[in-house]
Amino acid sequence: MNATLLFVQALNGLQFGLILFLIAAGLTLVFGVMDFINLAHGVQYMVGAYLVAAFSAWTGSFGWALLLALPTALAFGLLLELLIFRHLYDRDHLDQVLATFGIILFLNQGVRFVWGAAPLSVPVPEIFSGSVEIATGLLYPVYRLAIIAAGLAVAGLLYVLVSHTRVGMLVRAGASNAAMVSALGVNIQRLFMVVFGFGAMLAGFAGAMVAPILSVEPGMGDNILILAFVVIVIGGIGSIRGAFLAALLIGLVDTVGRSFAPNLLRLILDPAAASQTGRAIAPMLIYIFMAAVLFFRPSGLFPVKR
Amino acid sequence: MTELAETPSAPAPSLTTRLELIPIVLFAAFAAAPLLATSSGAEGYVLSLLTRVMIFGIAAMALDLILGYGALVSFGHAAFLGLGGYAVGILASHGIEDALIQIPVALAGSAVFALATGAISLRTKGVYFIMITLAFGQMLYFLATSLAPYGGDDGMTLSSRSLVAGSGILENDFAFYWVCLFCLLGTYAFSRALVASRFGRVLRGTRENTTRMEAVGFQPFRFQLVAYVISGMMAGLAGCLLANQAEFVSPAFMTWQRSGELIFMVVLGGLGSLHGAIIGAAAFLLLEEFLPEILHAAGFFLSEETRSHLAENWKMVFGPLLILVVLFVRGGIMGLLRRPHHG
Repeated sequence: MNATLLFVQALNGLQFGLILFLIAAGLTLVFGVMDFINLAHGVQYMVGAYLVAAFSAWTGSFGWALLLALPTALAFGLLLELLIFRHLYDRDHLDQVLATFGIILFLNQGVRFVWGAAPLSVPVPEIFSGSVEIATGLLYPVYRLAIIAAGLAVAGLLYVLVSHTRVGMLVRAGASNAAMVSALGVNIQRLFMVVFGFGAMLAGFAGAMVAPILSVEPGMGDNILILAFVVIVIGGIGSIRGAFLAALLIGLVDTVGRSFAPNLLRLILDPAAASQTGRAIAPMLIYIFMAAVLFFRPSGLFPVKR
Repeated sequence: MTELAETPSAPAPSLTTRLELIPIVLFAAFAAAPLLATSSGAEGYVLSLLTRVMIFGIAAMALDLILGYGALVSFGHAAFLGLGGYAVGILASHGIEDALIQIPVALAGSAVFALATGAISLRTKGVYFIMITLAFGQMLYFLATSLAPYGGDDGMTLSSRSLVAGSGILENDFAFYWVCLFCLLGTYAFSRALVASRFGRVLRGTRENTTRMEAVGFQPFRFQLVAYVISGMMAGLAGCLLANQAEFVSPAFMTWQRSGELIFMVVLGGLGSLHGAIIGAAAFLLLEEFLPEILHAAGFFLSEETRSHLAENWKMVFGPLLILVVLFVRGGIMGLLRRPHHG
């Protein structure tokens, strides 16, 4: 356990947390504004990754692929909204969970149908390939730094959009009281569509960004979806700020916990038992963390006032 | 939590006799099936499929107890299947192979887990409840994947089915079938008695309006917690049986997708009727089993290659089917059976 390793793991955690934030941001808005549980948000992340994989194979350039993938992900999200989600807004949560679960089944098989079951890989873009020395003798891949930068930039953009524009104001108002916003003459249906499409695009963007460092495969969105839910529940449903902080917390707790839990436990247990329990506890940490947060604050860290 | 309040309450008296027919026919069909299986030629296959149906029937019914009668959407119920399964697997690997020890241990384990997680989860409401039960389910899933001595990610194969009082009677597929049917019948009778009791009425009351129940002088939390524990124990029992049926235990028992499937079974069958959950489980598993073949047969006008392609990608039909059921078949299969009489 040394400072350099801790630093690298913290950077990894930050990068993971920012990716989680990109997914969770859309999820928490859809959840907060429309009171809609969208389990299919994870497959939208997967679709983003697949789109970038397909477009970069076609154009040969990651930049072009990203430029093409984003509007496609947006269009795809809007299509889903139009076909399915629209009919579910006034249903109870149980129906929403089930119908969107159906979408997961369909799309996980769908990508397998179109692109095959074997994982695809996307080359890291030229300008971001290689590593930089961030401290003496410590190399860190440039692309991961690029992800961190992109994540922070999107977070900043989102902040400006949500707190300083008219649409953002409507979204915040919708999260507090959608019925009142509608009564004041705002076309809530259109607002829903905008939020939805935007959320889908953010999830697609997250998928696109991680495509070069992860393998792109069917079902890749399933587990990250659960993590995104953990994030928005901890952060308080509907709160972008809460989602941001919770995403970073979860990213750090998970990444750092996985590499240091065995070491920390070694202080109190013998080495064999420590590494055994450490490995058992590390993946559970974030869920324990979530349970603890909900135990003390049943509606998350930053509950949206209603 | 009043969203589920619209589910039809007790059916009108004139309907009762007709609706009582459904569970009787259902159980008669389960009882007759082994005889038919013998004559079908593929008895091993038919028996194991139907045994699975009954086991998932128990699990779905357990979920229906809290979902249909208490409006508690537990999205982590597969965890109890895993608990039951691992109780059998872990005890067996330490040489304790008797079901008379394994099952009480599994039930006690499920009860303790349900008590602890329920006490925390029930503090939250609505979406938060769904999410926190999901989190507890995931917790157990990851715990199971890290149990290296017990197979970790890959799970563990049981050397044989559990013994009953020292005898290996469960090795016989027929005997095991009857044991599962007995368990299904037992849990069904117990659940029916439970929901008809004062306890069940209070639970339904909390489903309709928690605040009002509190005003009348009940503590909804206690009733919900007890229901959650009972439901967890029933699902744990199903887990024991499932481990024995598959002679295999793995973390895949408790993925969150499995929890979603359990919810789907309950909704497909129809919320809050208990036997509806069994029918839902049967419909789900049979569809999963035969959809590839149905698709293959339905595409008779297509080329052989397209047909096998279609059968291979049956999930692309299954998913939309699920969405259609949610959108258009409100009340599930039981709702369909009930509808003609509503005129």
